[in-house]
Amino acid sequence: MRSWLALVVIAALVAALPLAGNNYALRLATTVCMYSVMAQSWNFIGGLAGYPSFATAAFFGLGAYASAILQNRGVPMVPAWAGAGLAALLFAAFLGGAILHLRGHYFAIASLIVAEMLREIVNTLPDFTGGGKGVNLPLLKLSVTGQAQFFFYAMLALAVLTVATTIVIHRSKLGFGLRCIQQNESAADIIGINTYAYKTAGFSLSAVFVGVAGAIYASWVNYIDPPDVFDVLISVKPMVMVLLGGLGTIFGPSIGAVILLLLEEAVWRNFLTIHVAALGAIIVVLVLFLPNGLLALIRERSPTKAMAK
Amino acid sequence: MIYLQIAANGLVLGGLYACIAVGFSLVWGVLNVINILHGSFIVLGSYVAYFAYVHLGIHPFISIFIAGGVLYALGYVVQAGIINRVVSAPVLITLTLTFGLDLILNNTMLVAFTADYRGIALAHPLGSLEIGTVFLPGDRVAAMALAILLTILLYRLLRDSTIGRAIIAVRMDREAAALMGVDVKRINAITFAIGAFMAGAAGALLSIIFPISPLNGPVFLGKAFVVCVLGGLGSVPGALAGGLLLGVIESFTSYWLGPERAVTVSFALLLVLLFVRPSGLMGRRGYE
Repeated sequence: MRSWLALVVIAALVAALPLAGNNYALRLATTVCMYSVMAQSWNFIGGLAGYPSFATAAFFGLGAYASAILQNRGVPMVPAWAGAGLAALLFAAFLGGAILHLRGHYFAIASLIVAEMLREIVNTLPDFTGGGKGVNLPLLKLSVTGQAQFFFYAMLALAVLTVATTIVIHRSKLGFGLRCIQQNESAADIIGINTYAYKTAGFSLSAVFVGVAGAIYASWVNYIDPPDVFDVLISVKPMVMVLLGGLGTIFGPSIGAVILLLLEEAVWRNFLTIHVAALGAIIVVLVLFLPNGLLALIRERSPTKAMAK
Repeated sequence: MIYLQIAANGLVLGGLYACIAVGFSLVWGVLNVINILHGSFIVLGSYVAYFAYVHLGIHPFISIFIAGGVLYALGYVVQAGIINRVVSAPVLITLTLTFGLDLILNNTMLVAFTADYRGIALAHPLGSLEIGTVFLPGDRVAAMALAILLTILLYRLLRDSTIGRAIIAVRMDREAAALMGVDVKRINAITFAIGAFMAGAAGALLSIIFPISPLNGPVFLGKAFVVCVLGGLGSVPGALAGGLLLGVIESFTSYWLGPERAVTVSFALLLVLLFVRPSGLMGRRGYE
């Protein structure tokens, strides 16, 4: 109940932002919502089941391109977004069937290669996808501010939906099963969890919202090309956010999303040419000194929780 | 016979792929760490060879040792100072760590050397070989021969030297090796440094064939992935076979489907192989 209350309060506060902020704040808030969707989604497979998936960029790019292709063939925008989510879901279910029997590094590499392969495929099908020169999306007939607000609310709605799904999954048999898989997959198998079905479900969940996020992003920026939407950093950032906020927690990934965006903005503004290296430095420090996230640091300080541990 | 020519091109390329992958495979097999830095290590090796040639006139074939030495030192420091701290942590942690380190190294190279593609135009190229109807550029063949020689030397090092036996012991059983008096942390650092040496040496060899740019790091890393999965993890002969095979496959797919599809095909092959035989064509089970 507390989680639902927290979700409603946070969502209401964020939704009120356009009343107070300017377009810059709105753009940041839209990005936070998008990051939050990506981090919460990765948490289903990476945090709960412990599978280091690098497939986020694949789902994001697939969603962006599915929506762009549908819209350029006359499908209206919102149904195209739904189509993008469905495409990502089906793709993940199919892909999961193929690569989820791998563990550890092999799974990581397979998932990493998938995004690269989709990028190459998009590059080599110029008639269908626009190829290397990218593809434009239909413009909305709204003012600049109107557009900013529209995409902000769309992304916020998606983020709320993703967090709500997280809350439901955490309390469900699926969430329990995924946590069992993370602790000991063989044992989970023995006590009667259909690990294959559970992992595939977790993997598909990690795809569907990211696919829609990619679609909304494509409409938001009006133009996409393969290096942009299949960027490997799209796969890496959610992992960093989840590590920042805490693996397998409900709100941790979203908190990590806010922290990472703030760090990114600070670095972007001050050190444009080395912002990627700065992200790398954040990752290194995080992994070496805070492997359980910032929240764990706070939790360890509080004596009652430390006792319970 | 055009097919002979294509196969020969593929083998020449494949010898270099083997050299690219063997260090990566060693680190993965022994430390159970996927070294995302490997691609950037290769590029750094190419830059060392490039600057040694442009400023000092040292032939890239001799720069193998300079580039290898620089990378050996860098690799040792990175492993002993950073990666050793978390080397037995879950995959997610070590993988994310090397990814972060790669972002730092690659970005540093971009700032230092810019993204411009550079190339080495040798003052005295070796000309071309003509065997029957097959034409081969002499420099490429020499680079391939050196790449294969280095790979074989690494194999002998692992089999015959004390340090090599210690590396193999750590690969087989970390705890048992420690009980036998092997300093595991030191072996970790040396293994990683040898992996980096091979990357640097491969980079020096590649510098006379491929354009040099930090943007190529991920391309080389992708090749290392595919070769490792083709040949099997941690096995030097596997990397050699996998490299040659990938070279030939890429060469033929370029001919039949166009060069732009060669990468797609090799990645698709990797996924199919992981699906049906995750231990690789020549690998043994038990390294999952």
